[in-house]
Amino acid sequence: MAAEETHHVAKTFMDHLPVLQVVIPLFAAPIIIFIGKRSLAWPIAFAASAAAFVISCLLLMQVLDGGFISYHVGGWAPPLGIEYRIDAASALVLALISGIGTIVLPFAYESVKAEIPKKNHTLFYACFMLCFTGLLGMVATGDAFNVFVFLEISSLSTYVLVAQGAEHNKRALTAAYDYLIMGTIGATFFIIGLAMLYMATGTLNMADLADRIAEEGTNRTIRAAFAFIVVGMGLKVAIYPLHHWLPNAYTFAPSAVSVFLAATATKAAIYVLLRFMFSVFNPGFVFEEWTLYIVFIPFSLLAMFAASFVAVFQTNIKRMLAYSSIAQIGYMLLGIAMLNATGLSATLVHLVNHGITKAALFMGVGAMLLYSGGAFYNNLNGLGRKMPLTGAAMIASGLSLIGVPGTAGFISKWVLVQAAFENGWWIIAIAIMLSSLLAVIYVWRIFEVLYLTEPNPDSTAKEAPITMLIPMWILAGACIWFGFDTELTLGSAQVAAEGLLAGSAGMAH
Amino acid sequence: MEQLIDWAFIVGHINYWLFIVLMMTGLYVVVARGNLVKKIVGLNIFQVSVFMLYISIGKITGGTAPIYPVDLTGHIEPDPSIVYSNPLPHVLILTAIVVGIATTSLGLALIVRIREAYDTIEEEEILKIERQMTAEDNKEYGAAMGGRA
Repeated sequence: MAAEETHHVAKTFMDHLPVLQVVIPLFAAPIIIFIGKRSLAWPIAFAASAAAFVISCLLLMQVLDGGFISYHVGGWAPPLGIEYRIDAASALVLALISGIGTIVLPFAYESVKAEIPKKNHTLFYACFMLCFTGLLGMVATGDAFNVFVFLEISSLSTYVLVAQGAEHNKRALTAAYDYLIMGTIGATFFIIGLAMLYMATGTLNMADLADRIAEEGTNRTIRAAFAFIVVGMGLKVAIYPLHHWLPNAYTFAPSAVSVFLAATATKAAIYVLLRFMFSVFNPGFVFEEWTLYIVFIPFSLLAMFAASFVAVFQTNIKRMLAYSSIAQIGYMLLGIAMLNATGLSATLVHLVNHGITKAALFMGVGAMLLYSGGAFYNNLNGLGRKMPLTGAAMIASGLSLIGVPGTAGFISKWVLVQAAFENGWWIIAIAIMLSSLLAVIYVWRIFEVLYLTEPNPDSTAKEAPITMLIPMWILAGACIWFGFDTELTLGSAQVAAEGLLAGSAGMAH
Repeated sequence: MEQLIDWAFIVGHINYWLFIVLMMTGLYVVVARGNLVKKIVGLNIFQVSVFMLYISIGKITGGTAPIYPVDLTGHIEPDPSIVYSNPLPHVLILTAIVVGIATTSLGLALIVRIREAYDTIEEEEILKIERQMTAEDNKEYGAAMGGRA
């Protein structure tokens, strides 16, 4: 620790932003339940998430120069007290999560009305706020055990949210049950890893952990801790062979939940994985390098091809999008495995871009579900012509999913290919392009179903309500905007990647 | 020659051995049992094993409760010869116990709903019902798509 470290005393309102980020939605949940009025649940949830979004933007602006904010909860200084630590990487992910949360809620208003029985609405929004809190907390905190607590807050509420789809299809219940079993195994692996880290170092503060591991070097306990943490978080991230829970959860969850989960849940887990791999463990350690090369590269390539291939043959559009998510997670892991600044910024930029893209696509499906009665392709026949604005938003974000130039998806794939060339891995660069071709096929099927087939004769579909169209077009517009203006996304991703790659040193200062 | 089997090491780490046995038992039950309630029980054993690991970490040989001896005037007299157990892992595990209870109750609640919807809590029968549902979906929607599905 350098000498110029100032003792943190929060004096002004601005100093409390890191904790307000998490506390505001956390308190919104019980307030919603205590007030208990259905008409007030949505406004409170929306106000809390909008406040969280404003805070995350303020935080992002403060740390874009490469610095970090350290907040001491309750005034107890780390390493003994719990620390909230915001740097460029966490601020970027916080902005993504709170931004998506704020945009999803207006969409959810109509969608929840249509898909969830009235008596559950109040509890649904409370649960949504808890999930939101958990995801923000996982990213904001600088304390390893705190990560586990927030991880469980978000996971437990996610299981409930997924099970709400049971009104429509009873398989949502088994999907939620499967997710519960696997999510709990993952989280428990994660705390076993933390126990081993604590045994080896005697601390739980991430910066302190990084310092001590760097000082002492590796031993078997630390290596075992690394394995447990990577596998545990891998389950949450849905790294290819550990992805079994994801397709069912995304398919049978209510639309608003699918949108939110697809855009944020796996992304927060990837952030935690990055934080541990690069900031806590020193990326210079050989065991980590080998893990990346031997485990991450083959599995991410497998995800890119196998999951995309499976996506091509789906008959249900939500399930197709879920498999495509698994494939896109492959790209993000590939970026990590490159182990250079370009690859890491590709991961972070793709994390944001894919979050926006998938949210827009799931919103389109959610809007169509209002009239179609099912998410199977032939429920959606010709709906693009009946719902022109929804259809156009889906095609725009579909193009971003493929990575067509001029969309956000192109930027992240372009940076990823650049990173591959930087390492001289031209085979991997070709693989990235080939798997994008598979994306062309499944996005083409969306186009075909929406525009080239005759609408069902008894279909009553009309354009989606305005509360759905606006969020959808904000996201679809963002897909295109971030394809041209990369300063915000790529710029902050690069700052974040440099901070991460500096490893333990970057964590200390 | 060094002793082939280090008994002191094995017996001294009995907690850790038990942790591993419990953990593997729990995981095995989760994977091998078809009954949904039994799976939750397995998950519970798995989580409890981790509690045991944490509690073992905090124990220090000869350690006593981590309370400073205070004399009547309230003055703290630190005695360097007293060894204290580490309370932090114990506190951490209180949190994990709460999480474990929440997980178990949520899992059981889901099982109740599953029982209502499927009329069974045996995994095999549920899978059979679900396979049937998928097959019907595929028949209905696959044919409509001209066999392209």
